Amino acid sequence: MNKTVIKSDVTHHYLRPKKKFPNVWCAGCGNGIVMGALIRAIDSLGYDKDEVAVVSGIGCSSRMPVYLDFATLHTTHGRALAFATGVKIAKPHMKVIVITGDGDALAIGGNHFIHACRRNIDITTILIDNKIYGMTGGQFAPTTPGGAIATTAPHGNYEKQFDVVKLAIGAGASYVARGTVYHVDQLEKLIVGGLKKKGFAVIDTFSNCHTYFGRFNREGDAVEMIRWFKKNALPVEAVEKIPPEKRVGKFVTGLIYESDATEFCDEYQMLVDRLAGKGNAQ
Amino acid sequence: MTTRAASKSMGKKDGSEKPEDRYEIRLSGSGGQGLILAGVILAEALGIGDGKNVVQTQSYGPEARGGASRADLVVADGEIYYPKTMKLDLLLALTQEACDKYYPDLKEGGTLIVDSTMVTQVPTKNYYGLPFMQLAREEVGIVMVANVVSLGAISELTGIVTRDSIRNAVLARAPRGTEEKNKKALELGIEAAKKLLKEKR
Amino acid sequence: MLEYGKTKLLQGNEACVYGALYAGVQFFAGYPITPSTEIAEGMARILPHIGGKFIQMEDEIGSIAAIIGASNAGCKSMTATSGPGYSLMQENIGYAYMTETPCVIIDVQRGGPSTGLPTKIAQADMMQARWGTHGDYNAIALAPSSAKECFTETVRAFNLSERFRTPVTVLTDEVLGHMREIMTIPEEGELKVHKRQKPDVPPDWYRHFEITPSLVSPMAAFGEGYRYNISGLTHDPDGFPTAVPSEIKAKLEKLHHKIDNYLDEITSFRTEMMDDAHVAVFSYGTVARASYQAVKMAREKRIKVGAIQPFTIWPIDEARIKSMLDGVKKVIVAELNMGQLFYEIQRVAPKSTEVFHLGRYDGEVMTPLQILQKIREVL
Repeated sequence: MNKTVIKSDVTHHYLRPKKKFPNVWCAGCGNGIVMGALIRAIDSLGYDKDEVAVVSGIGCSSRMPVYLDFATLHTTHGRALAFATGVKIAKPHMKVIVITGDGDALAIGGNHFIHACRRNIDITTILIDNKIYGMTGGQFAPTTPGGAIATTAPHGNYEKQFDVVKLAIGAGASYVARGTVYHVDQLEKLIVGGLKKKGFAVIDTFSNCHTYFGRFNREGDAVEMIRWFKKNALPVEAVEKIPPEKRVGKFVTGLIYESDATEFCDEYQMLVDRLAGKGNAQ
Repeated sequence: MTTRAASKSMGKKDGSEKPEDRYEIRLSGSGGQGLILAGVILAEALGIGDGKNVVQTQSYGPEARGGASRADLVVADGEIYYPKTMKLDLLLALTQEACDKYYPDLKEGGTLIVDSTMVTQVPTKNYYGLPFMQLAREEVGIVMVANVVSLGAISELTGIVTRDSIRNAVLARAPRGTEEKNKKALELGIEAAKKLLKEKR
Repeated sequence: MLEYGKTKLLQGNEACVYGALYAGVQFFAGYPITPSTEIAEGMARILPHIGGKFIQMEDEIGSIAAIIGASNAGCKSMTATSGPGYSLMQENIGYAYMTETPCVIIDVQRGGPSTGLPTKIAQADMMQARWGTHGDYNAIALAPSSAKECFTETVRAFNLSERFRTPVTVLTDEVLGHMREIMTIPEEGELKVHKRQKPDVPPDWYRHFEITPSLVSPMAAFGEGYRYNISGLTHDPDGFPTAVPSEIKAKLEKLHHKIDNYLDEITSFRTEMMDDAHVAVFSYGTVARASYQAVKMAREKRIKVGAIQPFTIWPIDEARIKSMLDGVKKVIVAELNMGQLFYEIQRVAPKSTEVFHLGRYDGEVMTPLQILQKIREVL
């Protein structure tokens, strides 16, 4: 197994050092790990800083763009994808990345999420999935497992959950992956894949909220929660080889789905070209 | 503005209810008779062709589906303040229902033009009747151009719009391939009206 | 296509489309809603021909979000809607105020509250155009009353929006949006078209929300060499979230004063027969046209009455209204609601002027006779 090399000089090159550090996240939060993986992914692709826009909504994860030295747009709760859609269509050459959480993307922003998938617009969405609302103090999210405790599910969560991967595939995204904050190398590769994909990419990224989810549900501290990801992740390449009874309670990671559906901005350009060949509007 | 119809209008004027510098038209019938389009064509003929100021309004929504349908026009040489009609100078009614419903909005001495086969009970003796639908069906072969036939008749009977302008406006709005039929419909309306005027004299 | 100098029969909604094109709109996002849909339809038809971008979003929340995104990426951007959609947009309109993002929102007013009267007229969104989103901010809203003014006020909305880095609402209404009227498209260059002020400092010196002496900050766009943060959180001049009281205060005062300091540039009125008027009718939009008609009819009866029509609904130019009403004994505020503009005029009118309200809220447009009757009543 490869050892992760922490290239802190690389990381620092993409941060806004004089700005509002230290960050707002709890010690041990997975958000920083995701931010590191994102930076390394962008660096490995050699993108110019000026061609990258990072858009987010509201929540712990959505604070990430503030720290990044790109064009950054920290928007309203749930709407990051709609803002990002405007940015992307206005400047199709830009690499548009959306950082969102499970509550932000799937509850208040659920409609924008499925429609961004449907349009297959070239946006890479990193959905940091910690199964709870962290910033507001631990309420249940559309991903919170049944029975889990949250401040608005004090007797255990009796709602059903979204499966982000199935939802994204069903809605039309052309690159759907799942990673975790334990599998950092894999996460970086999945982000690279998402950025290279011309289409809507979703990277469902399991992360830990030990402050609320872990504490409420006796799942331990950050390290213990991250260990749980290590123990229960099933690489997609291996999943067929594992008997069904041994898959129970585990989750699949890796690039789970990819298609070569046409991308939205390309479709629009084709329309423009077709009209240009055809003549004038009324 | 002065038009043949306005200068010809008979009876007492409604003074307090409407200023005399506006000429108000309503084209009415039932939904699907192309009255809104006729209103647009007439407005373009008056506004673009003859250089008048024109406002065209209509009723939208559930009210506009089925039943009586209408397009209203206000025409003036100067600025049009109030955009809706106040008291009609000219009413075209292609159905009995429209005639019954809108005749009270016609000013005293205003011009009433009806489809003579559709409107059998006309509330006044002072009107023009022509079989627009029948002419469209029998002479042009499509009933849908009855609206254009009636525009031809309006131009002849009232003189509010110049012949060139209405011809150009009809052609500009005719769907491709139907130019000849629309031209024919317009001339049909003009000729029928000429004949009617001769008979009336 | 926009044909300069051509005389056309245009719906108010279509005139808004052409006005936007004249002003250089590059991006439109919208969601179907009566009675504004013709604006989205016009944009969908024309924008792909001229290098512009059109998208039908999944809802009005997405529409306003997309145009704010596009505006920050450098495009002149616009959306159009009506009551329910305007309500849905309010949170993100607040985001546009806070992030000082230029954009134009056309609200073709219909009856409300709620779904109300999709195909009937009202003028009851006036207060929403000022106070619709939460928090402290200042707002610009314009109100045309004819197809020609739908065109010119849309151009003006873009100009003010780009000039002051703020969203601008154009309040039209169902009758105005749907009626067709003869107008001539202005020649190229005939109307002023404002271009967004770009920074002239190197990227390292650039501050996206800099508090300049004019209070309006030059605006870079994404992807053009300037990297900065934009946030709906109350922020410092660099765009980073702040909790420092002095920075919070400075930000809110900037939002207010960058508009209040430029009333002369922003507000615009038309007056008719006001020179010797004892009574004035104060109204906007479609109602203003009924008022002119009523004034004309009243003058024929030697009643000394005049009319005032604001094209700028917000901000309220207190000093100017006061001076216009100087010597006027009575003013009738005519509007299609149960009292909105009325309270503003009551607030700013000289003490010697008595203020009356004439409201209509049955889905129908106010008639000249109704206004004439009110004039007689207050005499």
